[in-house]
Amino acid sequence: MNTPLLEVSELRKHFPIKGAFGRTVGAVKAVDSVSFTLQRGTTLGLVGESGCGKSTTGKVLMRLLDPTSGSIKLDGEEISTFKGKELNAFRRRVQMVFQNPASSLNPRASIGAAIAAPLIEQGIKPPGGVKAKVRDLMDRVGLRPEHANRFPHEFSGGQRQRIGIARALALDPDVVICDEPVSALDVSVQAQVVNLLKDIQRDTGISYIFIAHDLAVVKHMADEVAVMYLGKIMEQGSNEQIFADPQHPYTRALLSAVPSVELDAALTERIRLGGDLPSPSNPPSGCVFRTRCPAYALLPETDRARCADQVPTGEVACHFPSAPLAAVAAHR
Amino acid sequence: MTATASTPTTAKPVATGRSLLATAWMRIRRSRIAMASLAVVVGMVLFAILAPVLVAIEGQDPNTTNTTPEVLDNFYTPGLPLPQYMYPSAEHWLGVEPGLGRDLFARLAYGARVSLVIALLATLVSVVLGTILGAAAGYFGGKVDMVISRIMDLFLAFPHLLLVLSIAPILQSRLAGTALGSGSFVPIASLVIVLGFFGWAYLARVVRGQVLTIRQQEFIDAAQSYGTSHRSMIFKQVIPNVTGVVLVYATMMIPTNITAEAALSFLGVGVKDPTPSWGQMLNAAQAGNWYLSDPWFLAVPSIALIITVLAFNLLGDALRDALDPKSSR
Ligand SMILES: Nc1ncnc2c1ncn2[C@@H]1O[C@H](COP(=O)(O)OP(=O)(O)OP(=O)(O)O)[C@@H](O)[C@H]1O
Ligand code: SF4
Ligand SMILES: [Mg+2]
Repeated sequence: MNTPLLEVSELRKHFPIKGAFGRTVGAVKAVDSVSFTLQRGTTLGLVGESGCGKSTTGKVLMRLLDPTSGSIKLDGEEISTFKGKELNAFRRRVQMVFQNPASSLNPRASIGAAIAAPLIEQGIKPPGGVKAKVRDLMDRVGLRPEHANRFPHEFSGGQRQRIGIARALALDPDVVICDEPVSALDVSVQAQVVNLLKDIQRDTGISYIFIAHDLAVVKHMADEVAVMYLGKIMEQGSNEQIFADPQHPYTRALLSAVPSVELDAALTERIRLGGDLPSPSNPPSGCVFRTRCPAYALLPETDRARCADQVPTGEVACHFPSAPLAAVAAHR
Repeated sequence: MTATASTPTTAKPVATGRSLLATAWMRIRRSRIAMASLAVVVGMVLFAILAPVLVAIEGQDPNTTNTTPEVLDNFYTPGLPLPQYMYPSAEHWLGVEPGLGRDLFARLAYGARVSLVIALLATLVSVVLGTILGAAAGYFGGKVDMVISRIMDLFLAFPHLLLVLSIAPILQSRLAGTALGSGSFVPIASLVIVLGFFGWAYLARVVRGQVLTIRQQEFIDAAQSYGTSHRSMIFKQVIPNVTGVVLVYATMMIPTNITAEAALSFLGVGVKDPTPSWGQMLNAAQAGNWYLSDPWFLAVPSIALIITVLAFNLLGDALRDALDPKSSR
């Protein structure tokens, strides 16, 4: 098997919690031992509820945040230790589309300037000039090139995400990390933007890490899917496998709540995940999903003890993957 | 495809691009007080710029003394009213100074130049220092922030006027020996340096606070993700987004500096005779106790000062309201 484009292993990002006098009194384990691979020309969907560490994972991969530990390999080369010139050169290869269309563009820069900025900062002179390249990019993402002098506030949310996509493509990167690129948009606009991303992938063979909390969008976009919960990956597999035959109780519960996705055979009713998301600074022992797991409620005492004591690992991070699920899961 | 920000999911932009200034202008035009103060400010600036022209039309000169014996230093007998020709007339629009008998209109006009130049340049110095240091503190954070913030605190805690009072004469005597020593350059430059250098800290603190919020926005992450240098970060991404506040504070700082110039010159450590400035005129009015018998002499620079300071302050208030994204349209 050839080297994957991106290979992430045991990646951690812990934010220290400062107490009085700057002492560290704990850590927010935003990303806690995440591993996955991304093959060239494919899309990895990263799904999970709000606050589970998706954006943090993206920012660490972008080297906007330094990982606490773990390895990130791009084409087999370890990039997590890059600094200075090396880091700057790496930035050409991995770009990001940001989550919030209202704040991801500088309100004081024309959109032409925003799209040209990566080229200018990287000192790249495209064959036909920066202006021509900007026009091409705008055309590519479905914006009218004559609008290059306008400012972000003159555009709708969907158009702004297109501007963000054009900016991310300006450096011809190998990977674009799309951080919930459509979750702030209207459903009708979502489809347009998702299809644009797919078209670009078909034309250029670019790879995506597609972050989302909406499973239906991920089903449409991703080749591989990783389901994240409280900084950890619960289950990963191919699109078909995750959507047709989910194993992990968390995946099954999530899928049962998506109307457009057919219920898996073992489920007769939709499951509501009760309880609150535990704090990432003080996650439950053993299986982090334990406090909200719909299978845990029905498990015998000895099995429960195992959930509480041993951290499950593997493609499906669960000791009892196909256990029956309770309809409402909220317990201690 | 039309470029309107009207899809329901689009969050309402808080403070955005050109529209900010356009909206601000719209609001200012709607407010009578704002427009009146703007008119006074513009009028005062024109008055200063056109001083030579206006004074030529009047047919006078700021430094010519009227040497008729009555006007000379010891013409005045206490208890008697001043001679009629010392008050406004067709020849001397605002009358003449007691003592030296120089034309008051000419001195007021040339004094406006000196007072406004000092206030504007000092403001410029403060704005450049305050914006860059405040932006750097907010953007870099950590040790840079700590050092700049401590310096800021130090400057804010100092009793300015006392310090300025003691520094200005030292600076003036130091510069006096150099090639720049002749003419009015030294007192003007020393006031600009002293006022400019003591006015930046407050603005820097405001800018720093703004930059801390700007730094949280995703476009800063985006700029970092394509390897933007610190220099472009500060000058292209951060500073353009604080121009609104800087403009407001600069407008507020100008009247403070006009007043400070007047106070320092009044106290004798600023602009000195024969160079006219509004502060120097106040100083001259009290120097010979002229103001007791000739309040007009004191009133002329005072009224100019009050009108100008008031107009700048009102304009600053209006600008602040107009640029505030939270106030209703
Ligand atoms: N700079 C930071 N300092 C401390 N904690 C942080 C920081 N950034 C993120 N966190 C915490 O890390 C956790 C994961 O945040 P993250 O933004 O990665 O979530 P997310 O999955 O992207 O959520 P959303 O769907 O809301 O965007 C959250 O608990 C968040 O509070
Ligand atoms: S390990 Fe136990 S608690 Fe965790 S998901 Fe599996 S069944 Fe639920
Ligand atoms: Mg996020």
